[in-house]
Amino acid sequence: MMLDAKIPAGKLAEKWDNYKEHAKLVNPANRKKLDIIVVGTGLAGASCAASLAEQGYSVKSFCFQDTARRAHSVAAQGGVNAAKNYKNDGDNVYRMFYDTIKGGDFRSREANVYRLAECSAELIDQAVAQGVPFAREYGGYLNNRSFGGVQVSRTFYARGQTGQQLLLGAYQALMRQESLGKVKTYTRHEMLELVVIDGKAKGIITRDLVSGQIERHAANAVVLATGGYGKVYYLSTLAMGCNSSAIWRAHKKGAFMSGVSWIQFHPTCLPQSGEHQSKLTLMSESLRNDGRIWVPKKPGDERVPKDIPEEERDYYLERRYPAFGNLSPRDISSRAAKERIDAGCGVGPMKNAVCLDFSKAIKEQGKDKIKEKYSNLFSMYEKINGINAYEQPMLISPAAHFTMGGLWVDYQLMTTIPGLFALGEANFADHGANRLGANSLLQACVDGYFIAPYTIPNYLADEIKADKITTDHPAFAAAENEVKAQLEQFLKIGGHLSADHYHKMLGKLLYDKCGLSRSKKSLEEAIEEIKQLRASFYKDLKITGDDKVNSELEKAGRVADYLELGELMCYDALTREESCGAHFREEYQTADGEAVRNDKDFCFVSAWEWKGKDITQELHKEPLVFENVELTVRSYK
Amino acid sequence: MKLNLKIWRQDSFEAKGAMVNYPLDDVSEHMSFLEMMDLLNETLVQKGERVIEFDHDCREGICGQCGMMINGRAHGPLANTTTCQLHMRSFKDGDTIYIEPFRATAFPIIRDLKVDRKGFDHIIQAGGFITVSTGQPPEADSILISHKTAEAAFDAAACIGCGACVATCKNSSAALFTSAKISHLALLPQGKLEAADRVINMVDQMDAEGFGHCSNTEACEVECPQAISVLHIARMNYEYNKALLLK
Repeated sequence: MMLDAKIPAGKLAEKWDNYKEHAKLVNPANRKKLDIIVVGTGLAGASCAASLAEQGYSVKSFCFQDTARRAHSVAAQGGVNAAKNYKNDGDNVYRMFYDTIKGGDFRSREANVYRLAECSAELIDQAVAQGVPFAREYGGYLNNRSFGGVQVSRTFYARGQTGQQLLLGAYQALMRQESLGKVKTYTRHEMLELVVIDGKAKGIITRDLVSGQIERHAANAVVLATGGYGKVYYLSTLAMGCNSSAIWRAHKKGAFMSGVSWIQFHPTCLPQSGEHQSKLTLMSESLRNDGRIWVPKKPGDERVPKDIPEEERDYYLERRYPAFGNLSPRDISSRAAKERIDAGCGVGPMKNAVCLDFSKAIKEQGKDKIKEKYSNLFSMYEKINGINAYEQPMLISPAAHFTMGGLWVDYQLMTTIPGLFALGEANFADHGANRLGANSLLQACVDGYFIAPYTIPNYLADEIKADKITTDHPAFAAAENEVKAQLEQFLKIGGHLSADHYHKMLGKLLYDKCGLSRSKKSLEEAIEEIKQLRASFYKDLKITGDDKVNSELEKAGRVADYLELGELMCYDALTREESCGAHFREEYQTADGEAVRNDKDFCFVSAWEWKGKDITQELHKEPLVFENVELTVRSYK
Repeated sequence: MKLNLKIWRQDSFEAKGAMVNYPLDDVSEHMSFLEMMDLLNETLVQKGERVIEFDHDCREGICGQCGMMINGRAHGPLANTTTCQLHMRSFKDGDTIYIEPFRATAFPIIRDLKVDRKGFDHIIQAGGFITVSTGQPPEADSILISHKTAEAAFDAAACIGCGACVATCKNSSAALFTSAKISHLALLPQGKLEAADRVINMVDQMDAEGFGHCSNTEACEVECPQAISVLHIARMNYEYNKALLLK
């Protein structure tokens, strides 16, 4: 199958305008006759649902949380990028485009990335109008700061709650539409199946997580804005409920998955402290503006970090990457930390952490200044660890965080199933093999506020003539039966191991064999082990409780999907015989441990097609064409 | 450490609930409170019993989904801390811990420790927004907002909607939650135009949902994970009276 990204003609800077000028429209009188389902109420989902309802479409919005405001967008602390050039420091759309495409190690589409940068400025306008309380300078103008991987100051922020505040803006816009009767929100509902009729997405099957009721919902288009799947590693920065089920079940219905193994490990997270742990809390990357990262020079140093004298400390980021230092991009910083930890220089009780040290910044700027910038992060650190980071270095470690991979989408954010769109982290589109800090909130918002409101109507314009599908269609009954059969199966297995047990086993396996670094050997082993784990899951799983409110039953479905997705991640990593961005294959590195990309053979986006249970999936390739940037070795030295 | 847990079990809204004893061994002081609950649930699965249902998601204190009454206090013994940020080092070996759901007429129990907080969504739907559609806004820096105003608006906007204020209030009042949103939007120039209608509609909705009145005990501020100030309640009352007078 030939993948057509449908990139508009014209010069890079004119493509999006060309698209908008020629996109088809739907007559305002017809819009309310068209139903759109939006799954997920994070920044991408809430902004898309609200924007489409504002245009007059009938929107149904779904989330598994108890209210639409809880989605994991809330956890993004540091900021959102926009090429406003308010600092007069040489920023512009092209530079932002270039930083992002280089940050992604030249594995994303030029046209998509340019559009992301192009729409960034408008997002700040939108958020401010909604009442998002961004940081201000004393003159009343918007303030911003620097983030990893760039040399300008383009990150807008609302203290350490940028994601929360942006989401509240989108959530409030959604609630406004609900009050006007244009959106109906279904909270505590989980999508468990996509309904495809005559090759087009026509609805979903959901489970009401309170009554246990399996429900059918029909629509003219379905939008998945269900976030990333970093929780596949069990220990991650993600919320406990984050899952891959919506996109994975769409994948099994024919939507291709791309860049599946491109998962970002965030360098500044709290290290694991024991087997009981459920979560690795993220500490904002903004801390790296003032914190210096180091480990003891001597492996196995048993001293408390603050007792180790200056000359015995190795500031390895400043040493290896003098140009960017502590603000080197995430993939590079995480890998450098792993390299030192593996060399035996890790600190902390489990020797699995590095130091993030503020002593120099406190000496130079004073404790009050540091407090003003980061007090919420320092107090969070103290709440979790009981340690005062003003007096001794924080201990940090890389953790699974963001999935650059996701459903393959074309320029219109439409998957390989017509009528099925994927927005935000759920798609693969803009970040290539590594995402820059503060680009995640941006992409989610741009997809939802500015792109989908053009591309979905363009699709719907032809749907107005199509026959109206109702939930009486046999495809709905078939999908519903599949869902019911699976739930019954989980409840019946009657083994002795919990869903969490399998999730933890899978997570550990993936951390070791398909994590920050991978090799042919480790990946082949992982594939075999995942197959065994999956077989055991269907034999030894134990789910207690009934078919109503049952968090164990919810987890079982998600883990079942992870056990298939995890295997595909390994295949994706195995077939990509190069190192790029977050994907570091041990066989492809320089003598001093830097990634070696192979543009000759691997300058493409992988797109996997589901071929059936226990059958190897088929790899399709979308070649990446670069007309505006030169592919260079990504150096931050 | 060893703990003696006493946990509220209730099958559904209609069913009768009761406190049930659960002794639990091998609790580490490094566990978060919810990880301790995970451990207990794991033992229940092993025994073939239905697990204890509780709400939680981000486990980093920001999503607002978790919340329990722990020894009679919303989110437990620490001030201004969510349940997920509470760690077992706040307890000691041999402790008896009472765990109950957030209780309020407007927060009906779904099962065990899960409650329905839809009332909060309804309050926001009544006016907790600025009427602006995608595409309308002017250039961001054409709206100047002083540093002080932006910071004050942020202090109010920081509310995570967990409901601890309602659970801890003897009247089950949602005044802190409602006032935080009213204050956030009324302080900003973008939100001033609709301030009068907003405050009246939101306060009316708060009453319609069955939340009680505020009698100024200020208990809510102590438990609020974001330390939202009760002064916002004063501002809500001021805005409300102003709106009525000018109506």
